Amino acid sequence: MKIYIPRDAAAKALGADRIAKAIEAEIKDRGLTAQIIRNGSRGMVWLEPLVEVETAEGRVGYGPVTVADVKAIFEGDSDKALGDVEVLPFFAAQTRLTFARVGKIDPLSLADYEAHGGLSGLRRALTMTGEAIVDEVKLSGLRGRGGAGFPTGIKWDTVRLAHGDKKYIVCNADEGDSGTFADRMLMEGDPFTLIEGMTIAGIGCGATKGFVYIRSEYPDAIEQMQAACDIAREAGVLGNVLNSGHKFDIEIRVGAGAYVCGEETSLLNSLEGKRGTVRAKPPLPALQGFMGRPTVVNNVISLATVPVIFEKGAQHYADFGLGRSKGTMPIQIAGNVKFGGLFETAFGMPLGDLVNKVGGGTASGRPVKAVQVGGPLGAYMPVSKFDTPFGYEDFDQKGGLIGHAGVVVFDDTADMLGMARFAMEFCAVESCGKCTPCRIGAVRGVETIDRIAAGDAGAVEILTDLCETMKDGSLCALGGFTPFPVMSALQNFPQEFQTAKEAAE
Amino acid sequence: MNAKPKLPSSDDVEAIIARHSHREGPLLPILHDLQAEFGHVPQMAVPVLAESLNIGRAEVHGVISFYHDFRDAPAGRHVVKICRAEACQSVGANALADHALAKLGGEWHMTTPNGNITVEPVYCLGLCACGPAIMVDGQLEGRVDAARMDEILSECGA
Repeated sequence: MKIYIPRDAAAKALGADRIAKAIEAEIKDRGLTAQIIRNGSRGMVWLEPLVEVETAEGRVGYGPVTVADVKAIFEGDSDKALGDVEVLPFFAAQTRLTFARVGKIDPLSLADYEAHGGLSGLRRALTMTGEAIVDEVKLSGLRGRGGAGFPTGIKWDTVRLAHGDKKYIVCNADEGDSGTFADRMLMEGDPFTLIEGMTIAGIGCGATKGFVYIRSEYPDAIEQMQAACDIAREAGVLGNVLNSGHKFDIEIRVGAGAYVCGEETSLLNSLEGKRGTVRAKPPLPALQGFMGRPTVVNNVISLATVPVIFEKGAQHYADFGLGRSKGTMPIQIAGNVKFGGLFETAFGMPLGDLVNKVGGGTASGRPVKAVQVGGPLGAYMPVSKFDTPFGYEDFDQKGGLIGHAGVVVFDDTADMLGMARFAMEFCAVESCGKCTPCRIGAVRGVETIDRIAAGDAGAVEILTDLCETMKDGSLCALGGFTPFPVMSALQNFPQEFQTAKEAAE
Repeated sequence: MNAKPKLPSSDDVEAIIARHSHREGPLLPILHDLQAEFGHVPQMAVPVLAESLNIGRAEVHGVISFYHDFRDAPAGRHVVKICRAEACQSVGANALADHALAKLGGEWHMTTPNGNITVEPVYCLGLCACGPAIMVDGQLEGRVDAARMDEILSECGA
């Protein structure tokens, strides 16, 4: 008998370790022979801790489980029984390509990984030339999942063709955007996928060394990736890759609490042991990246999607999606929402369906007021824009961005002026200091919003002007995109920026 | 964490540097190890690091002061990090933080006079579908309400 108890950070934060101990004790008491597997999360966070028991009829889920529920699970009369979790509407409605194995397998069992299609993409890549590997990625239409949406294959090709005595694959796992946790879930639930994707990238581009830069706020992901790399090295996946003669190895690096290091050039500086300040581009990291050498910098999800593209073929992947937004996106539904979690689906679903149909509306039961899509630098989308299809260009046209696909739901108690102020405050705290509009502007932004709150209507114009300056005068998205949440709050909820003034009159 | 901070000798610092000397860009891993062992990055390590890595002292100082994680003095015995990011705010993180800070009678980054608790803001723990989230001495907890916060703070010796 196998019992699956997630070791995902969200499940642990909701008591999964306590459940595991209780289940272990119960197994002992009953003299059973059962194996506990600490899997990843199925992504249905409202059901965590979600325990699955393997039976003759398949896996039966229970959730959310408390210690008090454990006995009843063994008696077979638990009122937390969910049946097969894959037929639950939230799960059944998904198209899981990148996250196909997350929650299903033992994340640290290479055998389990292979039994579920793992390494077949890498084996196929090993029969191909670098050029053919890069072409396959181009054909898949895969775009950078970190937020910018740059075509992954083109980036890879630049590195492949660049001259350098050594090239690098850097995985950006500095997932600092509020409302996003896909990278974390992937690393905790299926770390070999990321290793395989990075290895394929290495072979395609001629890189021999990889780094995974993980934020320090993710201790579980760090531990899991470290363990998985050790196992992969031991098994010959890393090193002399599957005895192919291709050399590739991965080192795990830990960030130090700077949000801006999620920006690729800051991340490279940080990896080199410097302050995480932004570099001007050009030169592109693809040509002069880590230590001045050609470097691929890709997000976790971009790299972790590579194995399935090679396993099933580029066309299979490209057949999903909408327009130039090809494939699937693991969308993270978060904040004040009834059914929060990770929902992987082809691009194109309207935002309102994600929030209301999939997410079930707010957790508080109150009306939805706004949804922030794309993290702290993403726009607040009002309900009137809920028909926007989830895609890079579609959101761009509506004055928003999808970023790393975090969707944070707010109910009608949200204070939009307060959220705009927070966006500026966050920018001030996290600015690397290189660009004046960001470093100084964010501080002035907080002050200006305070003036608006105090009834100074003229300050609205100053705030608008300041946002223009930040947008035009910042090197990276921190200063450049902070105006998105600020201006979207101002434009979509203008009455909230007037109340104080009207009260004063 | 210790009440009385251990202070490293320059041999200790050099031993940690040696552990990472094979790495490309070893400074952050070194600083993480120093802090893990000594609870902070002591001032005396700066010249040793500068000398060993062949960079300026100002550069070392600049790196240490850039990152929120590195401390120049040890924290309290327990570190409570409360997420302030938007997803947690949407489910009441501001009220939770206000409650904790009022109870302890201080501001962000404060340490209680008895040295038991340091409170810090954190911007996202990746628990955005089960907020408000906090991290206590590296342990994560989701859906924290005021009552649970009170329990945690008293367990930590508020």
